Parts: sequence; structure tokens; C-alpha cells
Amino acid sequence: MRWLLLKDLQILRRSPLLVALLVLYPVLVSLLIGFALSRGPDKPKVAFVNLVPPGQNTISLGGEKVDASRYASELFRSIQPVRVHSREAAIRKVRSGEVLAALVIPSDITQKLSTGLQSAQVEVVYNNEDPVKGRFVEQIINSRLADANAALSDKFKDIAVQDIRLLLDGGDFELLGRTLHILGLRRTEAILAATLKTLPAGARQRPPLIQVRDFAGLAVSNLNLANDVLTTVAQPVQVKRIALKGATTPLSSFAVAVAVAVSLMFVTVLLASGMLALEREEGAFTRLVRGLVSRAGLLVEKIGLAAACAFLVALVMLCGIALLVGLQWSRFPQWVVALAAGAVSFAALGVAIGGLAREVRAASLLAFLLSLPVAFLALVPSGAVSSGLYAVIRVICALFPFKPALQALDGALNQAGGIALPVLHLLALTVAFAVIARLSMRRFAS
Amino acid sequence: MARAEAEPAPPSEQTSPAPVRALALAARGLGKRYAERAALRDVTFEVRSGELVAVIGPNGAGKTTLLSILAGIQSPDDGQVEGLDGVGWVPQHAGVYSKLSVAENLRLFARLERVGDPEGVVGQMLEQTGLADRADDELSTLSGGNRQRVNVAIGLLADPPVLLADEPSSALDPRQRERLWEFIAQRRARGTTVVYSTHNVQEAERHADRVLVLADGELLFTGTPRALELEVGGSDLGFEEAFVRFLHARGH
Repeated sequence: MRWLLLKDLQILRRSPLLVALLVLYPVLVSLLIGFALSRGPDKPKVAFVNLVPPGQNTISLGGEKVDASRYASELFRSIQPVRVHSREAAIRKVRSGEVLAALVIPSDITQKLSTGLQSAQVEVVYNNEDPVKGRFVEQIINSRLADANAALSDKFKDIAVQDIRLLLDGGDFELLGRTLHILGLRRTEAILAATLKTLPAGARQRPPLIQVRDFAGLAVSNLNLANDVLTTVAQPVQVKRIALKGATTPLSSFAVAVAVAVSLMFVTVLLASGMLALEREEGAFTRLVRGLVSRAGLLVEKIGLAAACAFLVALVMLCGIALLVGLQWSRFPQWVVALAAGAVSFAALGVAIGGLAREVRAASLLAFLLSLPVAFLALVPSGAVSSGLYAVIRVICALFPFKPALQALDGALNQAGGIALPVLHLLALTVAFAVIARLSMRRFAS
Repeated sequence: MARAEAEPAPPSEQTSPAPVRALALAARGLGKRYAERAALRDVTFEVRSGELVAVIGPNGAGKTTLLSILAGIQSPDDGQVEGLDGVGWVPQHAGVYSKLSVAENLRLFARLERVGDPEGVVGQMLEQTGLADRADDELSTLSGGNRQRVNVAIGLLADPPVLLADEPSSALDPRQRERLWEFIAQRRARGTTVVYSTHNVQEAERHADRVLVLADGELLFTGTPRALELEVGGSDLGFEEAFVRFLHARGH
């Protein structure tokens, strides 16, 4: 078998372009995937026109001035605003495609907010030529408007609470340039209680005064709860985030696991499928299996060669990334186990593909056609599709090594769950694909 | 059961009895099916040591299947092969690695064959094939004829007593074919038994001691080319015409 291994290495050494492509292409693909996953989408450009006249950005609420323009920043958190001065200019920019959408703040927005009698409206203009684009704009704007509404709501609540506190405890209040003194319900109740004590038991004034004192006491008790009630009204539903599994992995570290798994998959599957198919394409297979090498031995050699080469490429890649990203070197043994199990399993898949395709080009094409969708399916999160479809995706992913290899790598790199189960899964798949490869080799001699 | 229908001795043997040679290879009742199609049906024959036997027949007759069973690459569904040990194999398409040099190909298979002195055998084969000056050239740079010489040489690395060759000259021009047959004749002169399949009936007539005629998986004839001519009743026909008439007469 060592002579076969040496022969295959000699062939690889004499195919520098193939080897370079085999290594560079998956590394490039995996880096792109990693970059896309870890960076997230860019802020989309949105034209922004504020038609509120200068100096009228403040809202008067209960005697307090609130600067509404402060809340516009909420809208800009996920967009890159392109400021224009008219609605028409904003629409032109949307039409030309220079911006994804336009956000128009109408001139009467502060007035409507001040009265509190009707909702203020902002206008969003976007091209709906592309449903994906339309949905994206809707999501971004809705999400940002929700944040702005929540921030304004909080401010309204604070002002309302201040007013209620004034009603309860009393104090000074500015209105139209005059300072008014508010007695406050607590002090009213105390004054009434003191007055009642000075009155004789049968005095005619006592019953109505007792009624007023009791009302003041009841009002004090209930208005004490106003802060909590208003908080609930402002934000009836709040989010408490609880991650059930695998959520301790930062996105960038998970991207490393994805990038390495993709590289490992491509190098191994392409190499194993190509090298096995080459034996038949060159016509050497019939020679080899006439007692020189057993069919099982030939499979073991191809799996070993492809797995070893891909393991080295992936390990070097991982070590390089670790220098930049700061992975835990203390978990190096787990990296090795996860990479080795993944490489062997991918190699078994590769020889199965090589055995079925029987020609190098067909094997390479089949390897691509199979590997890419399987990798993408493995990255579909639960909840992104219907539960029925997700169940199908889970079954498909369980039948190929990418998902367990990714889980093993994620576990090894990020301590996101143990690696024992995925490694066992990979070993089971290795056996299954090796059996398929062995059966497919029956057709090699025909 | 399709046994050989005529097995007359060669003309020379009709005048003086030939020495009885040892059995080199025997097929007993071989049968092989691919799904519903019978590729071989009850094929029985023997090959004696030192013989040069051509397997001829129309396309799809079962020639390659027969040779690959004799070579041990495929297993028969019925019957058995005797004398499988020490059989050298030359596949139809040169079973060599294009990215390796001539010497590297020979060395690889010499090592896999576990021959005693791989380097010595490689040198010997390079001399015999006349490819010593191309030893370090990649196979992909060689002509079809030279590739086929390497292909045959690999089949002979372990110095097998029997060489099986599946259409060894099919891709060669006349000059290359001539050189190939010179090489095979040298081996035969050293006592190697050769069984080969061919589409070229003239090649069978010219080089073979005996021909096996296969059609639709049945062995219709085994005997000398001359005997096949006599079988269809004409000595003036020429071998190719006699072969075609023979097949017609048997419904093929």
C-alpha cells in the first residue's frame, strides 16, 4: 500500500495547478463564508428628509420640552442616512437606485406628538421591484421605528410619572411663564386629618371632610403604583433572552468553524473522489485488483491519503486563523480529534462519489454538486423555514458529514457542546460511505 | 451447451504428431450474466503451454468478459478457471499512470508484484521494449504504440507463464502493431503462453496458433485458422471471408 501512496503523492506533486486549486479554492470559499457570517450586512443607504421647520424640533409635554431630533438617531442605527432637503429629491434618489429607500419626516410630526391626540406618521418610500429588497427595507425600517417609538414612549412615561409625583407630593409647576404651587394629595390628606381632629365629634362638617380625606388617601395609594403601570403600558412585552444550546459561541468563532469545515470538506471530497476515479480512468484498476491490492485496501489507501492531506491543510489553516482570532490553544487536542474525524468521514464520502462517478471529471462535478448544497443546508437555522421542511433538512444533514463535522469543530474550538457525539456520528458515516464505495467498485471492472 | 465444434490439429500436426504440451490454462463451463443479458454461456476450452491463441468475434461477443474472467478481474457466475496462478494481464486501455514516467510505472508495478529485484527487472523490460531512452519521460508524452509497449511490459514484469492481452493492438498503426507483435513473439519464443482478443481477424490468422470464435457469449469454434476456412468449405476464400461466412452460417 505504501507504494500506492507514494505513487499518488508523486502524481499530486506533478499536478501543481490542480493542488493549488484544490487548496486555494476551498480556502477562498471558506474565507468568504466566514467573512459574510461574521461581518453581517452593510448599513443600507437611506435618503432622509426632515420637513420639520428649523427650531420646531421640540415637543412640549406637560411643561417639559423634548427634543424630537434626538430620537431620530434611533432610526440611523441600522442605516446610512443620505440627507436631502425635499421629498421629491428623496424619491428621485430611490428611483435612481442610489439609495435603498427614503424616510420622510413630515412637518407636522412634532405638533401631533405634542397634542398626543393622534399618532404622528413618518413616510417610507422604496422600490418594490425586488421582493427581497422590499422585505429587507420593511424589516430595517420597522425595526428602527419600533426602537424610536419605544424611546419616545419611555420619555412620555417619565414626564407622566413626574406629573403624577407632583400631584402626589406637591411642588412648583411652570405654566405660561408663571410658577404655580401644587399642594399635593399627601399634604391634602394630612391637612384634612389634622382638621378633623380639631372638630367636635358631632360637627356637621365631619362627614364630608372624612369623605374628602378618604378620597385623598385612596388616590395616594393608587397613584403610587402609577410608575409601574405606565412602564407596563409603555413596554407591555419585554424580551428576556435565554439561549438553550450552542449559544455561547461568538459569531466570529462560529465563522472559523464553518470556514475550516468547508475547506476540509472540499479538499477531502475532491481529492478522494478524484484519486479513486483516476484508478479506473487510467485503466490501472483492473491491474491493481488482480491480487496486487485488494479493493478494500485500495479504498483505505485513498481515504487515508485524502484525509491526511486535507487534515494538514485544515490544521495549518486553523493555526493561522488562531493567531488572528485568538482561539483557545489549550483545546488543540480537541481540534485534532475533530479535524481527523471530519477528514476521514469526508474522505469516505469522496471515495463513494468516486466509485459511483467512475471518471475524474464526473466525480469532481458530483462532489461539488453534492457538497455545496449539503453545506448550505447545514447552516439553515431552525425557525428559518417551516418545521416540516426543517425536519427534512435535519435528516439530509444527518446523512452527510458536514453538519457533524461542523458540530465537532464548533465543540472543539468554542466549547459549544461536547465533541463525542458528532465524532461518533462521523465515524458511523465513514463506515456507511466506505461500504457504498466498496459496492460501487463492482462496476469498475466492467 | 456450446462446446468447440471442430478442433482439428494444425496441418503440421496432421503429418507428424506434436509433442503433448502441458496445460497452461483451462476454462470449464464459464457463464456470466449482466442483469438479463448473458455475456458468456458455458464456455469451455484449454490452452497449452507455449500456445498463441486469439479470441475473435463480433462486437459484444464476450471477448473482454472472457479475458477478464481468465485474468481474475471478474468472477464467473458459473464454471471455473484452472491455472490462474502466474497469469500476466494487459488491459485493452493501457493501465498505466500518465503522470508517471515509463520507469516509474514499471517500478511501481514491479514493487506491487513483489518481484525479487525490481530495479533489475525494470532495466530488463526497458531494454526489451526498446524504451530505455524514454525511461524518464512521462507516459502522457508517449505515442499510443509506446504506451501499449509499456502496458504489455507491465503485464510481463513478474515473468508470468501465461499472458492475457485484451485487444493489445487496437489503437496502434500498422508499424506500431508490427513492433508489438515482434515483442510478443520474443516472449513466446521464451515459452510464454499468450491469449489475446482482437477485432483484426487478419492479425489472428497471421499470429495465432489457434483461434477461439465467440459470438453472443457462445464459443462457436476452436481450432487453427486453416481449420476455420475448411469448416466453411473453401481453401481459396481467405480467412476474413471464411470467418464472416462461418458467423453467417451460425446465425450471427
